[in-house]
Amino acid sequence: MSFGIMTPLRRAFDVAEIALGRVFPPAWNPLANLGALGFFFYWVITVSGIYVYIFFDTGVTNAYASVEYITNDQWYAAGVMRSLHRYASDALIVVMLAHMLREFAMGRYRGVRWFSWVTGVPVLVLVYIAGISGYWLVWDRLAQFVAIVTTEWLDALAIFAEPIARNFLSPELLESRFFTLMIFMHIAVPLIALGVLWLHLARVTRPNINPPRGLALGAFGSMLVLSLVWPAVSQGPADLARVPGAVGLDWFYLPLYPLIATWPGKVTWGAGFALLAIMVAVPWLPPLRKPRPAVIDLDNCNGCGRCLADCPYDAISMVVRSDGKPFERQAVVDASYCVSCGICAGACPTSMPFRRLSDLSPGIDVPDLSMAAIRTDVERVGAELAGPARIMVFGCGEGVDLGPVKSDSVGIVRLNCIAQLPPAFIDYVLSRKLAEGVVLTGCTDVTCYHRYGVKWTKERLAGERDPYLRARVPRQRLRTLWAGPLGGGELARLVEDFSGELAALAEQPAPPPRSQRRTEAADA
Amino acid sequence: MPSLAQYAGQAVVFAVVAAATGYLAANPIWREIPADMAQIKLSLVHGAVRVEDCRRLTYEEITRLPPSERRANTCKRERIAIQVELSVDGTMIYAETLQPGGLSRDGPAQAYRKFVVPAGVHHIVARLRDSKRNEGYDYEKAEDVMLAPGRNLAVDFKTDAGGFLFR
Repeated sequence: MSFGIMTPLRRAFDVAEIALGRVFPPAWNPLANLGALGFFFYWVITVSGIYVYIFFDTGVTNAYASVEYITNDQWYAAGVMRSLHRYASDALIVVMLAHMLREFAMGRYRGVRWFSWVTGVPVLVLVYIAGISGYWLVWDRLAQFVAIVTTEWLDALAIFAEPIARNFLSPELLESRFFTLMIFMHIAVPLIALGVLWLHLARVTRPNINPPRGLALGAFGSMLVLSLVWPAVSQGPADLARVPGAVGLDWFYLPLYPLIATWPGKVTWGAGFALLAIMVAVPWLPPLRKPRPAVIDLDNCNGCGRCLADCPYDAISMVVRSDGKPFERQAVVDASYCVSCGICAGACPTSMPFRRLSDLSPGIDVPDLSMAAIRTDVERVGAELAGPARIMVFGCGEGVDLGPVKSDSVGIVRLNCIAQLPPAFIDYVLSRKLAEGVVLTGCTDVTCYHRYGVKWTKERLAGERDPYLRARVPRQRLRTLWAGPLGGGELARLVEDFSGELAALAEQPAPPPRSQRRTEAADA
Repeated sequence: MPSLAQYAGQAVVFAVVAAATGYLAANPIWREIPADMAQIKLSLVHGAVRVEDCRRLTYEEITRLPPSERRANTCKRERIAIQVELSVDGTMIYAETLQPGGLSRDGPAQAYRKFVVPAGVHHIVARLRDSKRNEGYDYEKAEDVMLAPGRNLAVDFKTDAGGFLFR
């Protein structure tokens, strides 16, 4: 992590995620659906905006009058739609900023993720422009304030032949064509934002753009109730012969307007451009040492496509076989997309620890933490363990801190991602008596750093996804904990309890060998 | 499937978020100027006379020009700066020399300034010089104006309308 603020920010998000996890099922957790909620609110804004536009009239006097009709005369339909339009726009800002901060806090903006981060910055700017132009259209006192401050701010750039703020100098100078321009902007800018969002997701496999139905219903219901209880209203007609005076600002879209209105334009433009430049540059501050990408060993690749199915970064593709072997396809890694999480190696059917060391070269592997290295680590850790209830804990660098649970009887093996571990390793540890029990731990099941590490692992253990955990592995000797960085205490308790259970299992008479069990069954 | 208590918890979360959204969508109130003040906004876009007066070309000069560019007069593009003053109740609140715009200094000079003054009757004087004279002003307007609290008085300038306009 490069920034000091990331750790407390990450901790704050983890605490919030755990708190929300008490009332929301994991799949519904709002923090795991911030991007999807953003899309949801975008569609709510679009539909409500189309309805409101039917009754909206552009023009110096017509604009305010039509919005009053929408708000008062047709409060039950267009009025509710106006309120939904506003509140969903505010909610969009909330989820967008939270999404950005959370990705920053989790460090998910660097390396190959720079593209999604950088393309997210213009989306943020475009959504603000769309929202601000929307406030302008109402042409109430708030709109007057927004129009004057915005045009004065733009004039500070000194790029216009005449100050555009002069259009709002006095009532006689204002023309209706300004509203035509604004409505065009208010429609065009969100469409441009949608195009940039397409780019934003271009490098994300299986992007989550639809929140779970329950969460969407809750979010929509809350906005609808808010619209009925506290409808959005105008703040009196604009009057250029008067200063707007006291205005109720929308602090989601206009928090900087008091500063823009009072500080020199050069200062606010300078600060704005500096902030944007930092936001765009942050993935490279400082440059990230990129781990070596996954490599394909064609001698061991049969082109099964499991690595392609499991890669969260769209870094793998299948192409026509090039080595003459009797398989249709072979995997190819795009190094510029690969983060070396190792999930592909964990999915590869050739990642079998039971193979001899010289042969443990899967069809796909990450050079900086290869399968052979993991097996060597497992054997070393197993050899060092002592006691009647030895436990081997596998964990990733983004989840629980494994260090505190390490002891004579508890060994730890660190992975890039928990899904880097093929289930066969669990079988290997237990069948080779390297430990009496195995614990898998990682990020929370809501927030996996590598997006699908926890999900794939759970499905592999449940026999729902290749490679499965073999049926012969005694499940009472396996525990999982998906707790994230704040789960240290939980892991310690789990290990302590598990240790007691394993000790109790050790005291039970050992089951007869499988061949004897078969004979007994046949006799019965 | 969430339990009833979980649904209740979700309702609380949604209610809190919705209430915060509703509140921050229009609160707290922001006031640009104090309630007992008024505002004078001076804005003008005006081109002064040229540095060099236009002069009539001689017959020889006209014949030396390409046929498509022959004209009777020639003018240098550059304009002089304009002097603008604005005083309220005898106090000068603005006195500026405004340079012509454009790379060739041939565009109009611009001004856009706001002044917050106490509400009440004020004697406002606006002056502008756009000629080569060294003293005095080419345009001047003086008027007692009642500025109610919150009033925005626009001080504009239009040559066609005879100079300054208090709107």
